Amino acid sequence: MKSFHTFRPVLLEAAGIEDGFSIKSYRSRGGYAPLERLLVEKKPSEVVELVKSSGLRGRGGAGFMTGLKWTFLPKDHLGPIYLCVNADESEPGTFNNRILMEEDPHQVLEGIIISAYATRASTAYIYLRYEYPKSWDMLQTAIDEAYQAGLLGDDIKGSGFSLDIYLHRGAAAYICGEETGLIESLEGKRAWPRIKPPFPAIEGAFRKPTVVNNIETMACVAQIARRGIEWFQSIGIPADPNNPRDPGSYGPKLYCLSGHVEKPGCYEAPLGITARELIEHFGDGVWKGRRAKAVIPGGISMGLMTEDELDTPLDFAGPGTVGCLGLGTAAVVVIDDTVSIVDFLHNSCRFFAHESCGQCTPCREGTSWSLRMLERIRAGKGRLRDLDLLTEIGDTMGMMPGSTICGLADGAAWPIKNSITKFRDEFEDYIKQTNPNGYMETDPVPALPIVTTH
Amino acid sequence: MIANPRILTDGMVARIEALASRYPTKQALTLPALHIIHDELRHVPLEAVVEIAQLLDLAPAEVQDTLTFYQFFYQEKPHGKVRAFVCRSISCALRGGEQVLDHLCKKAGINPGETTSDGTITIEAAECLGACDFAPCMLAGSDLHKDLTHEKADAFLESVRRQNG
Repeated sequence: MKSFHTFRPVLLEAAGIEDGFSIKSYRSRGGYAPLERLLVEKKPSEVVELVKSSGLRGRGGAGFMTGLKWTFLPKDHLGPIYLCVNADESEPGTFNNRILMEEDPHQVLEGIIISAYATRASTAYIYLRYEYPKSWDMLQTAIDEAYQAGLLGDDIKGSGFSLDIYLHRGAAAYICGEETGLIESLEGKRAWPRIKPPFPAIEGAFRKPTVVNNIETMACVAQIARRGIEWFQSIGIPADPNNPRDPGSYGPKLYCLSGHVEKPGCYEAPLGITARELIEHFGDGVWKGRRAKAVIPGGISMGLMTEDELDTPLDFAGPGTVGCLGLGTAAVVVIDDTVSIVDFLHNSCRFFAHESCGQCTPCREGTSWSLRMLERIRAGKGRLRDLDLLTEIGDTMGMMPGSTICGLADGAAWPIKNSITKFRDEFEDYIKQTNPNGYMETDPVPALPIVTTH
Repeated sequence: MIANPRILTDGMVARIEALASRYPTKQALTLPALHIIHDELRHVPLEAVVEIAQLLDLAPAEVQDTLTFYQFFYQEKPHGKVRAFVCRSISCALRGGEQVLDHLCKKAGINPGETTSDGTITIEAAECLGACDFAPCMLAGSDLHKDLTHEKADAFLESVRRQNG
């Protein structure tokens, strides 16, 4: 029997419990006791060590080691140090943070308080996307309850440690999920990502040392404090002993399943469950008895897996082995066999053309030109040469080719490169059928009327 | 010089100032201030930008720079009494989100991004609303409309008209 059959949800423990979001319910499930114990028993540096040795990797998309990130903060800094919690969840297909904030906000808060203690931050900002008004209310209520219970504010439980948590509302911009874009936005400016280094740990919000962590990462910190390192490492995929650079994929993960499945939803499973297992065990299969043509493993910027690749484990290393960018946000989107991959790529290009912040030329121009080309292809004026041009755009924009400041362009480029590689026949057939007289043209063609992306 | 009537009410200024202790700089109040004004007026006119700048010791251009970056804020004129965002990103698109958007706009007699002539409703295409488990979905005010169909869209429009007509 595979581990996900017997796995009991931990992060989603409160889902389905009446009043699961209240402080009373959270306490009755063992919440906040670990925090109170830790404030007495452990020094901040010991908490950093705890999280570091648990192997927890950030759940926001990049999968960087959380504890290691904390160690980059300068030692003995006079302060202030800031903790920014990234709740600007905007990657298409992703909603796990929303579920956590709505169903169990105190779990998130306990993780934030522990993380702030470890990093010696006395102010934490939760940067929450505009589109989550319910999360705002649930979190604000929980914060108020925590202040009343003496778990926030000055001298928490007589420990000498003080913390304030503030909610900060975004304004519907994907780029604010990039950690330095988030910081700029918090400071009241346009959310243009910063050139790194310096990294936020050295110079972040308000020019002070700053840690930026995702909401689900915070919930994992709370669970590690409650259940320990051994428990955490008993779940997931261990580090590859033959690869010293592989930190492993430990712990539970929230997978968001959507698109063409019978039962879309947010499901908790050990890291390493396969897309096929998720779709069949949790999602009741592809909808209407159809077959999956492709599956996005972790948000649209990760690219596609084909039906043959669905047995790939969805841990931090898995999707990369089949040509995807990575695990990303673990948002699994199922695309059935009635969907045209041209339409998929058009949707992806439109998203990134809309969300590019415009700071770096390769991204601003690359995303908008790739959208215009897809518009032209869908208008029956595509040429086979366009596929090479699109690939060229994909190869030249992003941090990996070294032409942009942040990773947005890599996320825009990946679905282009990946879907044209994996579904080239379908693209070629589409172009030949819709443009029978012109598909071999190679001369420059006039652009269609300006596409509005907004 | 005769001072123009102020756009920011005392109440708005008080709400902005109440947040000041949360941030080490005044500039960080820009986004909260824009939200406070936008929530009430459904747009942030240029005069309000100048007043925010005065309040936060900034140049008006700095506030305007931030405002225009987020295409969220209206400036020339207010958005409708109800502002509806219909998701067009991948999970919703796979389940008919774009058809719902077209249907809704057609029924309301506007294009996406426009406001009905009576000022009742603005309908906009939105990128992922983070409610893919309820695709296709729409956020109107603070209400999330789940698993939209053309019928549900009709009923929504009807109720908006009834309440604001």
